[in-house]
Amino acid sequence: MNWLVDFFGDPANWSGPDGIPVRLTEHLQFSTVALLLAMLVALPLGLWIGHTGRGALLVVLSANAARALPTLGLLVLVVLLAGLSTDLPVLIPLVALAVPPILVNTYEGVRGVDPDLRDAAYGMGLRGGQVLGRVLVPVALPLILLGLRLAAIQVVATATVAAFVGLGGLGRYVVDGFATNDYPRTLGGAVLVALLALLVQLVFVLIQRLLVSPGVRRRNAVR
Amino acid sequence: MITFDEVTKRYADGTVAVDRLTLEAPTGEITVFVGPSGCGKTTSLRMINRMIDPSEGRVLLDGVDVTTIDPPTLRRGIGYVIQQAGLFPHRKIVDNVATVPYLLGWDKKKARDRAMELLERVGLDLKLAGRYPFQLSGGQQQRVGVARALAADPPVLLMDEPFSAVDPVVRTSLQEELLRLQAELNKTIVFVTHDIDEAVKLGDRVAVLRVGGHLAQLDDPATLLSRPADDFVREFLGRDRGIRRLSFVSGHEVGLRADLTVPVSTETAGLRDTAEPWLAVLDEDGRPLGWARTDDLPASGTLAGVPLAPYGTFDRGRDSLRAALDATLLSPSGCAIAVDDAGRAEGVVTREALSEALDRVAGGAHA
Amino acid sequence: MREEPLVRWDWIGRNWPSIQSLLEDHVVMSLVPIVVGLLVALPLGLACVRWRGIYQPTMSLMNVTYSLPSLAVFVMLIPVTGLATRATVIVPLVFYSLAVLIPAVVDGLGSVPDHVRQSAVAMGFTPLRRLLLVELPIAVPVVLAGLRVAAVSSISLVSVGALVGRGGLGYLFIDGWQRQFYTPIIVGVVLVVLLAAIADALLVLAQRLLTPWSRARGTA
Repeated sequence: MNWLVDFFGDPANWSGPDGIPVRLTEHLQFSTVALLLAMLVALPLGLWIGHTGRGALLVVLSANAARALPTLGLLVLVVLLAGLSTDLPVLIPLVALAVPPILVNTYEGVRGVDPDLRDAAYGMGLRGGQVLGRVLVPVALPLILLGLRLAAIQVVATATVAAFVGLGGLGRYVVDGFATNDYPRTLGGAVLVALLALLVQLVFVLIQRLLVSPGVRRRNAVR
Repeated sequence: MITFDEVTKRYADGTVAVDRLTLEAPTGEITVFVGPSGCGKTTSLRMINRMIDPSEGRVLLDGVDVTTIDPPTLRRGIGYVIQQAGLFPHRKIVDNVATVPYLLGWDKKKARDRAMELLERVGLDLKLAGRYPFQLSGGQQQRVGVARALAADPPVLLMDEPFSAVDPVVRTSLQEELLRLQAELNKTIVFVTHDIDEAVKLGDRVAVLRVGGHLAQLDDPATLLSRPADDFVREFLGRDRGIRRLSFVSGHEVGLRADLTVPVSTETAGLRDTAEPWLAVLDEDGRPLGWARTDDLPASGTLAGVPLAPYGTFDRGRDSLRAALDATLLSPSGCAIAVDDAGRAEGVVTREALSEALDRVAGGAHA
Repeated sequence: MREEPLVRWDWIGRNWPSIQSLLEDHVVMSLVPIVVGLLVALPLGLACVRWRGIYQPTMSLMNVTYSLPSLAVFVMLIPVTGLATRATVIVPLVFYSLAVLIPAVVDGLGSVPDHVRQSAVAMGFTPLRRLLLVELPIAVPVVLAGLRVAAVSSISLVSVGALVGRGGLGYLFIDGWQRQFYTPIIVGVVLVVLLAAIADALLVLAQRLLTPWSRARGTA
């Protein structure tokens, strides 16, 4: 506990370019951009594959690959190959690791919708886009949101690790603390990251409550 | 009117689901497609609203080839009810019913008012309107399905085994509800089922299809039952076809015996010698009280003190001979008591009279 | 900048003994959480099926644990388990495995058709025999599917431990980064992925052998 008091009690840690507000903002900005980019790729693709049934193999392969690829190795390799001039190269592995959970769960969510429901929707005269937007997405929404939540948590975690290859954010405290044998700093960073992850989890629970119809049953996410 | 003109559906693998089907489903009537699984009945139905398009031939809706109409537009003018109801789980019951009105661009208030009106019409408690589908029983969901199909007041209703997934008691009440609704609405209904009882109960016309999508027979239920076109239809109708036929014969067709009824005030002394084993005892107003066994009558007194056996009645003006047959089975006398609207006995129907009426109506066709 | 080949085979040859010991360390640190996780998840999963009420709280706790970034948890454990020890990496991974395996056990037992359970009762199986001889065998495919996810994730996550001084093959990433040298990084990535693929294949094989009557349900 003393370590935490050392870190959080030090006013120097609350201001300046290495202060908690700046690092937190960096972390949030970077994670948000990565998540949005991943959504931009994975949501339409997942909806399309789930709706048409074409390309299911791609989904399975990407999920397996994302689980097997070591985050740290991927970060180090990509950044080393692309150079350190900007933060952009770090985005590549971040986005790449966030895509599969969204993709798999969106796909599974849409694919798992009762065929009778589709039949009824078309039979009543909904057009393809209306079937997707008014029936398939609302019914698949719990799983889609779970996929987004897993991706968001993944991004927050990976962004922490990415401090090792020079990215800003809360991971800096962890990595720099280690480099200077300053354990209070490392621990303080870890606690902040953990709190941020819990906050993300909480935000998604709230979004879920807000957006998902009470008539739709929950299903298990694909990790 | 819906017209099938030499319609064939052949799939890519060569299977023929429907083979040169030609028939008409007249406006304002219920036409039932019935047959074993694989007979193409659902495929045929789904060609009407273009869920499937025919390989050859044409399906006409009031003379217009349906393949010339954009499918969503076509479907919004045709009600569609399927087996599992297919209600949208994420929408409240009222919004489920209002689906097509919303699609047609009605304003929300008007669409919801219409939905409430329909929920009432199909016999649902309006308290259910704000619930979600999973909170309803199977039978209630099916009623919602029917209400949803009727929401935009389409002239045509397609029903694909709508009552197959509910238990028999609920099914019976849903069937009666449909007949009651149809009497008010006069829709052109095409109804698919594998259940011949349901077919003859609901259909104005019944099309029996055989495996491979051939039309075996198209007739009204009474004709179908009395004159099956071939062995397949006869087999499909089953052994109890004769009893089913009685449902289509009016109670007026049977002869009555007035001499088998006696008022309760009658002295027993004069009755003990009759040759009849049973007499129907009536109260002062002429309503039946029960059957008295002549052998057991006491030597003196009136019928008032005599133990009576149970009885069955049927209304000659409203009921079919099927009801008369059921009524005969309720009593140890083996006879049914025919009553009028007010419940007063008009006479007694014996088993002999029943079988004689049946012979006459069947016109010599072998049963 | 001189042209450097992506992979320098001679480096691999020279350093093979140390790569091998990192590999061994990696296998131990990823295998232990899976085995321990399974041993804990089975009774916990059974308890969740037996007492439905504890399932939701258990899963909420597991979901929270699962959402914590591994690096943060490693760091927070250091005062308890020590710097650069296997335990620092193994303990969090046990919890990640549980988050996947407990629902797998619950779903697996839930996948036993009710008529099968009923007929087992009707034939006079005692509850324990019914569990061992009927319900668990039927649950195997679903449990193994969960085990595959847990194993592959666990193998990949171990390497993050390198940032707190103990990450098996993850050390190769640190080494390669510090020397701006591709070969160790590529060797590390390839070995981790290979290890994951082998573990996955072994579990698929195990399922075929254990449940010859069924084929793998869902690969995702």
